[in-house]
Amino acid sequence: MSEPTANGSLLEVKGLSKFYDGVPAVEDVSFDVTRSETLGIVGESGSGKTTLVRAILRAIDPDQGVVRFLSSGGWVELQDMRAKELIPLRREMQMIFQDPFASLNPRMTVRQIIEEPLIIHRVGNASERLEAVRDMLAHVQLEEDSLTRYPHAFSGGQRQRIGIARALILHPNLVVCDESVSALDVSVQAQIINLLEELQNELGLTYLFVAHDLSVVQHICDRVLVMHRGRVVESGTVDEIFTAPKENYTRLLLSAVPSPDPDVPLEPLDRRELGL
Amino acid sequence: MMDTVLKVRGLAVDFKTDIGLTHALVDVGFDMPRGKVTAIVGESGSGKSVTANCIMRIIQPPGKIVGGTIDFAPESMDPFEIVSLGKRDPRLQELRGGLISMVFQEPMTALSPVYTVGNQVAEAILCHRKVGRQQAWKEAAEMLERVGIGDIDRRIRMYPFEFSGGMRQRVVIAMALVCHPEILICDEPTTALDVTVQAEILTLIKDLQNELGNSVLFITHDIGVVAQLADKVVVMYQGRVVEIGTVRQVLKDPMHPYTKGLLAAIPGLAPKGEPLATIASVVGDTDISRPYPLISLPDGRQVSMPREQIPGAII
Repeated sequence: MSEPTANGSLLEVKGLSKFYDGVPAVEDVSFDVTRSETLGIVGESGSGKTTLVRAILRAIDPDQGVVRFLSSGGWVELQDMRAKELIPLRREMQMIFQDPFASLNPRMTVRQIIEEPLIIHRVGNASERLEAVRDMLAHVQLEEDSLTRYPHAFSGGQRQRIGIARALILHPNLVVCDESVSALDVSVQAQIINLLEELQNELGLTYLFVAHDLSVVQHICDRVLVMHRGRVVESGTVDEIFTAPKENYTRLLLSAVPSPDPDVPLEPLDRRELGL
Repeated sequence: MMDTVLKVRGLAVDFKTDIGLTHALVDVGFDMPRGKVTAIVGESGSGKSVTANCIMRIIQPPGKIVGGTIDFAPESMDPFEIVSLGKRDPRLQELRGGLISMVFQEPMTALSPVYTVGNQVAEAILCHRKVGRQQAWKEAAEMLERVGIGDIDRRIRMYPFEFSGGMRQRVVIAMALVCHPEILICDEPTTALDVTVQAEILTLIKDLQNELGNSVLFITHDIGVVAQLADKVVVMYQGRVVEIGTVRQVLKDPMHPYTKGLLAAIPGLAPKGEPLATIASVVGDTDISRPYPLISLPDGRQVSMPREQIPGAII
């Protein structure tokens, strides 16, 4: 783990496990997230990345472990909370999804989509809400005439901006990005990554950034957790993980990334030789 | 003179939509050197897959090839032109899956869920060659082993749903290669796979290509994959070819502003803590949507730019 910063923890996960029919999807995972940092979670499909973040947000119920979250009202333990108690906390933890096509309701206008969280949490009156939606739209760099249009009228990158606006309208502290830039073309991906970083600086957001693309993680994250078969096998700063990986599994992952330089040949390590 | 297996010239495809004609391809032209890997790179909607589908003549309505030629020079038969082939021309059947075969992005949709993998690979043989069932089954087993599927006596009788994504893609590759095609078209074959599995599949495609000596047309948006696999690179943007060159020319010394922007937007290459370059920030005020004819340069590369903007070009 990195040196403790001036910022304190926002989230502390201890011994978190989730089983499906007795098979561990996430097993004994522990880590802390510091306020205003970006923590990357990497691993292959099936390694438990998404299950982990969903168990933290209580989108699914974890079977074991403790999830402590520093809410505006102080520290709370999320794992045993009743659904009703969780509702006010949902304002402070939001999610940006992978697929900008599947995650927006095609029958709602952009205004309705971005405004909905405010209505659910009974924030402001109609005119205040519209003001907040307009403000958010500007933050994510969409034109104001987008408000009355439907998702189908937007490109993938623009839709992802709508999804980001919806996640941020309640001013959350913790934002979980689950493969949020994976479905985008590289030039659009660059715009969305830049936007996420700008918004983090402006609003002091803390990101849990789930991704399988290691070059994106290297660019955007401060620290990284490497997951394999439901467990965290290695964690460290981006520099530690990318330049001096300690675990064989991390080395296997890194060796499989094709370099954009044709003079750096792809020499993937062998899973079996590493005993994985 | 380099031996060219496929020569595309002036290829144009229109799609009829509610709001009029969309020009999916405009004057696309490039050569594929025989026995090499040619990559087409570009973003969604740039026309990469449409180009591949033209070569297989599988453009579906509302799409239509409205111009251009694709000259194909197979080793096993006389050269012919693909676009003008009649629907009943026997060479069209020979072309699809015989002389040229294709590997798609999503292996599960390329495989039938109700037939065993052995059955599906053997079927490809039976479609194109006059051999008996037993012989086809034997060759299917050999090909599946060659693409790295072990325990073949058991696995050949299994169904695609019993395989992982990477194993399914190996089956699709076996199906594509079992008739010894002269050109293998790979349309984003590793995009749906984990990076570790992608590395295995890329290594497999490269090894098989070295071994069998076929030509490969590799379609991808991933510059890392291009760098590792391609000999020659064709960059497409908005249905047009903007730059062609060797992999080193295009990736190490890009000329067209769009290519420069595409490369600069890759996160791995940018210094940490700084915003990533975007196409817009690299291109600046240059209007890259305006088409220019491809100009051939002395070093063999081609670029679609105003002549006066090409560094070192003789005006």
